[in-house]
Amino acid sequence: MEILVILIPLALGLGFLFLLAFIWSALKGQYDDLETPRYRMLLDDQGLKKISHHSKKEEK
Amino acid sequence: MSSVTRDRGSQSPETFSYDDTIVKWFVIATVAWGAVALLLGVTIAFQMAHWKVNLDLPWLTFGRLRPLHTNAAIFAFCGNAIFAGIYYSHQRLLKARLYSDLLSKIHFWGWQLIIVSAALTLPFGITTGKEYAELEWPIDIAITVIWVVFAVNFFGTIIRRRERHIYVAIWFYIATILTVAVLHIVNSLELPVSFLKSYSLYAGVQDALVQWWYGHNAVAFFLTTPFLGLMYYFIPKAVNRPVYSYRLSIIHFWSLVFIYIWAGPHHLLYTTLPEWAQTLGMVFSVMLWMPSWGGMINGLMTLRGVWHKVRTEPSVRFMATALTFYGMATFEGPLLSIKSVNAIAHFTDWIPGHVHAGTIGWNYMLIAGILFYLVPKLWNTELYSKKLGHQQFWFATIGLVMYVVSMWIAGISQSLMWSAMDDAGKLVYPNFVETVIKITPMYWMRAIGGTFVLISFVMMIFNLYKTAKSGKVEEITYEAYPIDDSSLEPNATPHRVLEGLPMIFSVLSLLAILVGSAIEIVPSLLADQYVVKVSAIKPYSPLELYGRDIYVKEGCYTCHSQTVRPLGHEVVRYGKASTAAEFVYDHPFQWGSKRTGPDLARVGGKYPHMWHYKHFWDPREVTAGSLMPRYHWLFDQKIPFNDIAPRMRVMQKLGVPYSDEEIQGASLSARTQAKEIAQELVQSGVPAKIENMDVVALIAYIQRIGVDYGSIEDDLVAGDQETVVEEAE
Repeated sequence: MEILVILIPLALGLGFLFLLAFIWSALKGQYDDLETPRYRMLLDDQGLKKISHHSKKEEK
Repeated sequence: MSSVTRDRGSQSPETFSYDDTIVKWFVIATVAWGAVALLLGVTIAFQMAHWKVNLDLPWLTFGRLRPLHTNAAIFAFCGNAIFAGIYYSHQRLLKARLYSDLLSKIHFWGWQLIIVSAALTLPFGITTGKEYAELEWPIDIAITVIWVVFAVNFFGTIIRRRERHIYVAIWFYIATILTVAVLHIVNSLELPVSFLKSYSLYAGVQDALVQWWYGHNAVAFFLTTPFLGLMYYFIPKAVNRPVYSYRLSIIHFWSLVFIYIWAGPHHLLYTTLPEWAQTLGMVFSVMLWMPSWGGMINGLMTLRGVWHKVRTEPSVRFMATALTFYGMATFEGPLLSIKSVNAIAHFTDWIPGHVHAGTIGWNYMLIAGILFYLVPKLWNTELYSKKLGHQQFWFATIGLVMYVVSMWIAGISQSLMWSAMDDAGKLVYPNFVETVIKITPMYWMRAIGGTFVLISFVMMIFNLYKTAKSGKVEEITYEAYPIDDSSLEPNATPHRVLEGLPMIFSVLSLLAILVGSAIEIVPSLLADQYVVKVSAIKPYSPLELYGRDIYVKEGCYTCHSQTVRPLGHEVVRYGKASTAAEFVYDHPFQWGSKRTGPDLARVGGKYPHMWHYKHFWDPREVTAGSLMPRYHWLFDQKIPFNDIAPRMRVMQKLGVPYSDEEIQGASLSARTQAKEIAQELVQSGVPAKIENMDVVALIAYIQRIGVDYGSIEDDLVAGDQETVVEEAE
């Protein structure tokens, strides 16, 4: 079962990586606001200005 | 609310547009490959109901098509859907065009090429014989390259984003990309024999552990996390409601990614995997129930106040049903991981039933829901027919329920029949085929259910085609400000460079883990002194080794297991329970995961050669009612005697103790053994030319399985293991 020598560090390593990512995201303030992110996907126009708009009939 | 509305410092707005063309391509690939995957699924379902559907053609037999079906469903259908959904939502959540149009194109065409090469290899028996990772080494390398292209394109977009906040969906995508990379690379380590043949670096129980560590996490990080991410974008979009609880989404995301990676061993309960590893897998699997349901609850509660849309909008109806099936499958999964339940369910049809509740109920339904939202958006039009969408929903749901229910009935009935013993301790159904004939009606029902699902998919293709056809292509250019930290960190380095560092860091540390592990592991795997051997267990003879390659090539492992669990009825039916020492030369392991036919771990010497000869010609000659396909081409294909030595050479490199003399004499040894087997057959009236044919090599292998271990005295096995286990020098 020497394979555990690779699998366990690998699983722990991945876990550690995710832990770092979590700490990074928490320190960066990703979770300071848990209310507005709920609306994020609905507000994907916010801060965007449409400046041109071409449309053509799709050729098939 | 978002950064761009705050202090903009001295920065000026940037103009950009989203790359929706690539999303469209991936959408088209999704529906095309989805149809192929389902058609293959229906085909093999009918093959299990009636053997003649194998059509007596090598490239259409179950053992070769089943890997093609699973690969097509997971990597072609779900894979393309993931890429379509991620590329659409990623750009919008970050207000940035994908990092590179060229990388997007390479990603698209590379992935399609990989799928085509799967279709051109698997039916021809070019396979590694590891479930869900059957593709041979050149394709494995191509997958790695394309995955890196995807990762660079994805992280590059994050670096160039115009929105500081990283929405939870993107976290799900990140976890997917990183973990799939690690899983794929570690599980695919193999040593090539030739351009299209390789042997797994690992053997036996170690190969099994790596394989199911990969296999389970493929379900976790290919069929679950990316789809949860898509769910967090597309469900709120489809109903125009905010996510129920962002807090819950964060909690269940982090708990999922920490727990999932440990659950793999639940595929190996009651095998020769160390007991503690089995328990670990079971405990983590049960723990997964809660984070999984966190996702389901969050998704369903997002529909609060708009439940009527489940009735009126096909997209919402599919999404809500997908979440319900997700909840069902993630409850059933932990249940099946409990050892006592697993003792009943493992190797039966309950497992394919469970898997399809996930892949059809969760993945297909969610993809359908997403496509019904996405296609009208992409082509700037309305869905062609809601009515057709609802009809499709009923076809899919009824088909799936037929599938799942018939497999529950089949699985539990068969398991009870396998384990039924009378008062004298004898099996009530000693003939395995009795238990197969009993559940054949359920196989018919499953195949019909699958056909319903296929029909539903065709309806969707028609609906989406008509929708796209009525639409217009629209190119919108936007203007937005880059993210700016000047108000927070005056004199800071340019913002996006700073934000980019953690991404680069993640990728570098991942590489570090991989390289470090490789340096640490590879030598230990190759070194002889690590292999615990039982002196009675010898490597396969050249002919047997080649016979084993045929066993792998024909996908025998898709229907036959090679591991006897230490359960009373299995020991009575098959023989001594398996031990780890038996499998040390098995590159790859062939334990299988399903017993459509009986276990083969103790089959060596059980029947005369002639029995096997007839059985491969037509299984029904010796077993009335058998579902197994005929393998008559094995009687026409000549054994490539001279090709066996290179295979042994690779095995030698992997630590199998073949001497150089044995390898040099491989061809002669194989011919001699083939002649011996053929002689016995010829005495029974078989034509003499048979000694050069593949079937003889396969018989040689089958007659060897479990023989070495069977030769060990029972009291030695039951007694002190130390007496039979000895360390090689």
